[in-house]
Amino acid sequence: MAAHLKKRVYEEFTKVVQPQEEIATKKLRLTKPSKSAALHIDLCKATSPADALQYLLQFARKPVEAESVEGVVRILLEHYYKENDPSVRLKIASLLGLLSKTAGFSPDCIMDDAINILQNEKSHQVLAQLLDTLLAIGTKLPENQAIQMRLVDVACKHLTDTSHGVRNKCLQLLGNLGSLEKSVTKDAEGLAARDVQKIIGDYFSDQDPRVRTAAIKAMLQLHERGLKLHQTIYNQACKLLSDDYEQVRSAAVQLIWVVSQLYPESIVPIPSSNEEIRLVDDAFGKICHMVSDGSWVVRVQAAKLLGSMEQVSSHFLEQTLDKKLMSDLRRKRTAHERAKELYSSGEFSSGRKWGDDAPKEEVDTGAVNLIESGACGAFVHGLEDEMYEVRIAAVEALCMLAQSSPSFAEKCLDFLVDMFNDEIEEVRLQSIHTMRKISNNITLREDQLDTVLAVLEDSSRDIREALHELLCCTNVSTKEGIHLALVELLKNLTKYPTDRDSIWKCLKFLGSRHPTLVLPLVPELLSTHPFFDTAEPDMDDPAYIAVLVLIFNAAKTCPTMPALFSDHTFRHYAYLRDSLSHLVPALRLPGRKLVSSAVSPSIIPQEDPSQQFLQQSLERVYSLQHLDPQGAQELLEFTIRDLQRLGELQSELAGVADFSATYLRCQLLLIKALQEKLWNVAAPLYLKQSDLASAAAKQIMEETYKMEFMYSGVENKQVVIIHHMRLQAKALQLIVTARTTRGLDPLFGMCEKFLQEVDFFQSFVDKLLDLMPRLMTSKPAEVVKILQTMLRQSAFLHLPLPEQIHKASATIIEPAGESDNPLRFTSGLVVALDVDATLEHVQDPQNTVKVQVLYPDGQAQMIHPKPADFRNPGPGRHRLITQVYLSHTAWTEACQVEVRLLLAYNSSARIPKCPWMEGGEMSPQVETSIEGTIPFSKPVKVYIMPKPARR
Amino acid sequence: MPEIRVTPLGAGQDVGRSCILVSIAGKNVMLDCGMHMGFNDDRRFPDFSYITQNGRLTDFLDCVIISHFHLDHCGALPYFSEMVGYDGPIYMTHPTQAICPILLEDYRKIAVDKKGEANFFTSQMIKDCMKKVVAVHLHQTVQVDDELEIKAYYAGHVLGAAMFQIKVGSESVVYTGDYNMTPDRHLGAAWIDKCRPNLLITESTYATTIRDSKRCRERDFLKKVHETVERGGKVLIPVFALGRAQELCILLETFWERMNLKVPIYFSTGLTEKANHYYKLFIPWTNQKIRKTFVQRNMFEFKHIKAFDRAFADNPGPMVRPAAGPASTSTPVGLLSSAGVVFATPGMLHAGQSLQIFRKWAGNEKNMVIMPGYCVQGTVGHKILSGQRKLEMEGRQVLEVKMQVEYMSFSAHADAKGIMQLVGQAEPESVLLVHGEAKKMEFLKQKIEQELRVNCYMPANGETVTLPTSPSIPVGISLGLLKREMAQGLLPEAKKPRLLHGTLIMKDSNFRLVSSEQALKELGLAEHQLRFTCRVHLHDTRKEQETALRVYSHLKSVLKDHCVQHLPDGSVTVESVLLQAAAPSEDPGTKVLLVSWTYQDEELGSFLTSLLKKGLPQAPS
Repeated sequence: MAAHLKKRVYEEFTKVVQPQEEIATKKLRLTKPSKSAALHIDLCKATSPADALQYLLQFARKPVEAESVEGVVRILLEHYYKENDPSVRLKIASLLGLLSKTAGFSPDCIMDDAINILQNEKSHQVLAQLLDTLLAIGTKLPENQAIQMRLVDVACKHLTDTSHGVRNKCLQLLGNLGSLEKSVTKDAEGLAARDVQKIIGDYFSDQDPRVRTAAIKAMLQLHERGLKLHQTIYNQACKLLSDDYEQVRSAAVQLIWVVSQLYPESIVPIPSSNEEIRLVDDAFGKICHMVSDGSWVVRVQAAKLLGSMEQVSSHFLEQTLDKKLMSDLRRKRTAHERAKELYSSGEFSSGRKWGDDAPKEEVDTGAVNLIESGACGAFVHGLEDEMYEVRIAAVEALCMLAQSSPSFAEKCLDFLVDMFNDEIEEVRLQSIHTMRKISNNITLREDQLDTVLAVLEDSSRDIREALHELLCCTNVSTKEGIHLALVELLKNLTKYPTDRDSIWKCLKFLGSRHPTLVLPLVPELLSTHPFFDTAEPDMDDPAYIAVLVLIFNAAKTCPTMPALFSDHTFRHYAYLRDSLSHLVPALRLPGRKLVSSAVSPSIIPQEDPSQQFLQQSLERVYSLQHLDPQGAQELLEFTIRDLQRLGELQSELAGVADFSATYLRCQLLLIKALQEKLWNVAAPLYLKQSDLASAAAKQIMEETYKMEFMYSGVENKQVVIIHHMRLQAKALQLIVTARTTRGLDPLFGMCEKFLQEVDFFQSFVDKLLDLMPRLMTSKPAEVVKILQTMLRQSAFLHLPLPEQIHKASATIIEPAGESDNPLRFTSGLVVALDVDATLEHVQDPQNTVKVQVLYPDGQAQMIHPKPADFRNPGPGRHRLITQVYLSHTAWTEACQVEVRLLLAYNSSARIPKCPWMEGGEMSPQVETSIEGTIPFSKPVKVYIMPKPARR
Repeated sequence: MPEIRVTPLGAGQDVGRSCILVSIAGKNVMLDCGMHMGFNDDRRFPDFSYITQNGRLTDFLDCVIISHFHLDHCGALPYFSEMVGYDGPIYMTHPTQAICPILLEDYRKIAVDKKGEANFFTSQMIKDCMKKVVAVHLHQTVQVDDELEIKAYYAGHVLGAAMFQIKVGSESVVYTGDYNMTPDRHLGAAWIDKCRPNLLITESTYATTIRDSKRCRERDFLKKVHETVERGGKVLIPVFALGRAQELCILLETFWERMNLKVPIYFSTGLTEKANHYYKLFIPWTNQKIRKTFVQRNMFEFKHIKAFDRAFADNPGPMVRPAAGPASTSTPVGLLSSAGVVFATPGMLHAGQSLQIFRKWAGNEKNMVIMPGYCVQGTVGHKILSGQRKLEMEGRQVLEVKMQVEYMSFSAHADAKGIMQLVGQAEPESVLLVHGEAKKMEFLKQKIEQELRVNCYMPANGETVTLPTSPSIPVGISLGLLKREMAQGLLPEAKKPRLLHGTLIMKDSNFRLVSSEQALKELGLAEHQLRFTCRVHLHDTRKEQETALRVYSHLKSVLKDHCVQHLPDGSVTVESVLLQAAAPSEDPGTKVLLVSWTYQDEELGSFLTSLLKKGLPQAPS
């Protein structure tokens, strides 16, 4: 019976509602009962609120098409009126909100209903949820002023609700929809002009902290939407700084910051005195005070915001580093001051005696202020904070402020140097990076340098390398400083030999920055003697090379230096100039023409001529069209050769040259393939010829992928041309296959695929587009025929060169591949291989760079490194330090595996819409999937030996 | 008048022998029970006879609270509980409970075994005393009895140090014990919420000092140790067993780890080893870094720090390293064994192992001794710190000190700024200073009164401070009434007082505020109507009806937002106020206006009479 009834309900329903559906949405082609119908039945079936809730939850999991949203909404509303249980009503309300967010659905039709049910609702939770729904509707219709006004009215009406949740939502609504133009509302049909800011401001003193927070957030939201906040809010916000609840204080700090950025120059009075100060200074002081708040969330917030207050006066800024010390009521100098004094007085004792820091002058008890209202010592406190989150925020803020103020940079140096000894590595690293960023503004004193250099012994490689980077751009004031730096770097080198490259690079910059300071050190460093010949140092000693790198780079701008070199130094120079040309610059050495002539600067073409040369050779190629095929081939071959050579000589132009050479090579291959005389021969005879053409097609495809994904700075223009080339290659492939295969079946599939690609590649040759109707209707054989003629007619496209183009490259530093000792491990278990590589000009390495391991049996394994394994030491450069797990079954003897880096690409990810992937749920997977990979580093061989397990 | 009374038995304008009596709402609490290092006679313990002359202490005190395990805060505890006699609960945190008996036993040993004192508490007494201890967790509210509750807050200073909030009803006192507002290598900073106590009792050791950043000192310390060790010298760090020792250990351990150093670090055995064990167990009481890395490794399980090896001290001195041949690139550890770092007790070099080692090493200028704390006058530590290079040892021996002497202070008390910060955090009504010198307190007291505008007290020992309190009395209100009254106000005005009409019922010592109707119902009383009537004389020659009409139109124009009605019988009503015009027989020129209103409308009624007394406006005729 029950089953029968159910059936009846179903039948009846389909009878009654289905036609309505058809009328409402005409385009709908329904083959099964619509979603709304199914939902309705479910809800009717539900006997208890719990059941209904379950149905709704199930329903919410499935997406709803834009066309049927309205129907669903009606059904839901109908149930809403009938429903007694608040939890079900709540769910319905939240569903309404979700549905109104559906793309392509205009929710204005359900707004009236939503407002209607709002008026009769008693449950606070449901009310809050309904307001949320209204918010969703309102944000969906940003253009409609009338609706926004109505919603704001509704919100204002419910602001007096007793539940904090409802008030929260009302404020949120006001913040998101409150009208920006007051004048517009005023003349709009006599509605009471509502000053949204005033209304929200009133709730700053609500009794519930959650509502207070919501009010501040709403205010911030208004600001974000472009409404200029009134200055009067500043005083209100200041009162909130002493609120009992941390979320209120945290939001208030933000609000104060916003106001201070809006009205930096207005004047506010200082309470309890007649003085007045700029608002931004006052706000700065207040935010500084919050750096010693009781809650660390607020402290982080405050410390972060301090960094972006650049308009603050320098007087206030410098106070943040000032903490008046005293001991037993006597003024005491800080350790920093003492260090500075010692340094300037020329003494080198570092205050080791007890009582050395004994306080001297008496402090006037009346004048000491223990609680500064101002900025005093904010950073001193922030940097000493218990939570590292606060310390990092403070360091970041210091960095930003120091970048904008050189004098502040000078002052904060001591504090940053202190942070090098923080207990948390992240903080240390952050402060080293910060120091590097501000290093243009500062010169390190010797005692500071000493502390900086002490960190070189750190066992963390990241820290050491960050420090090397820092030293690269540091200014040192004295020759002792340079000497100290060199000594410490050499110490570092002996302790951690793997740092070799980094240290050499560091010394290169250190030398070229301080030629005059290095000059007096040269005899000592080279251990030359005026009268005696000294032993010739070992040329393979990394430490000696390090010293030479420093000296040669200094000598570049210091012509008197080479006079101090001994004979073997010159020999070593010639050797290093060849072997480590990236570290050793070309020097103008007296009487050493022969040695240096091979690479003397005169031969290397100057920047401008080479650029010109590049342009000219490319222009020459564009006349290709008018040449006979033979001539065209020759011209292309010459130009490619020229470009390659140019790329080798001029590292700056390497990217551009390689890029265009690759493009030309593609063209060359295409011409060659089309050149074959046997094109018109019937299919069976063609078999032999197909090898060359299909190989060409394949290679062009590969090259185009390289062009598209291996170069950074490729613009859309180029991408289109690359795609054009690839399509040509695909056409070629199709033709070749058509001619070599028998039977039409495989051809159909290929044709279809090709046409799809053409379809999606809208910018394919115009003519082809014109022919599209014909292509679509014609048989595969005809398509091939059309293509064949098309391809031969297709013109060579001019490739405009982008501004900046760099080829992605990678070098594997570790494993070095030199070891003869195999890595032994038990078969079936894993061994971890440390991989260290530098990547240049790779965009988004976290997603694209993979490690490939090739085993001797041809088995290949692709490893996705963790995002955290990538570090970014400088712009355009990345460093991959990861572990690769190897495993294999037992081998009888040790063998080599190849490790290389791959660049994964996915051409469809670049194109916004892919027609054959219409199903919406598929696309996110496609985004992350890999279409193909390009190897972009030299493979490194690693000797491994899996041993059979012992039993 | 309710009041809070505070009497320091020790630590009033003094450091040491902390013991403070607090009476709050009829409850008596003793805060800390310490000994004084400066005395060896009766004065070393607080005078418990002050509390009660003949009665039992248990009857008088509701509970005893110990803030942390330092002897000047817990040293007198066995004496107090076992010898004087106290059987009530003693509250302390778990780490304090664990470490306290070790220190007490040590103290007892020195006093009895070394100094041969009689009539001192015994080991059994310590055990018995510890049985009375109730351990509390951080932020745990403990009900001592029905009314008295206590709650512990983190205080930094040493492992397990806590601040305590003592609360009876709405009155509360916070006792800070010793605390530190800047974090160090193993402990975090003190923290308290905005609990707004009536009184905050705070230590004030560094009342007149504002300290420099800790980082410089740490860096200096590490640099000195590192340099000496690199030269092949030995470093002696005399420490007290607990607190600073662990901080320095962590500092050196992490530095060794960071810098990849191999030089050994030794720790003198005994007390410290036991203490380290407890540090390992109480990770939640340490700082952020240790808590976060605990999953990988317990920071107190030192890798580089080993138990002391006596042979090391006797090692004659830095051996000359043989010139490293080309074959040996890495130096075997054995060759370096002459260099090293030793932590040894006690901290002032006055006896024990630290002094022994000092005597062995003093002669070599490559070695170094680092004093990490203050030294009492007369100790070897104090002598060398003040620059003495020739020391007379017992037996007329003269020891020449060639080794370098360094001073490195790591204090774990809050400085003046820190104290102010804590006071600002807790927002007390008044502050009371203990545990500091009178002169320094004076300065801080003045500052607190000036800058925070909070009353401040600094009683001497035995002096009682009495604070009147105004405890708030909770009154229950019926929801209906509250909602009705809330509905009348339109805008939220959170903290402003608001007028509320209701009836206060006091019954069985609780108070309720209900609407008058309900009050009448509950009490079974009939409602009486109270009406005020008033006659107003008006000069008007016209008829009564016309006068009433004029009054009506006048009121209508003045009282726009009230409901003014003209009734058919000739009277006028304004809301529930009734006005009737009558003509007295004797004088036709004046009319008498009868105004009548109920007690509830008193405001409106009196306004109307005063308005009408001014007279009606002249008719335009």
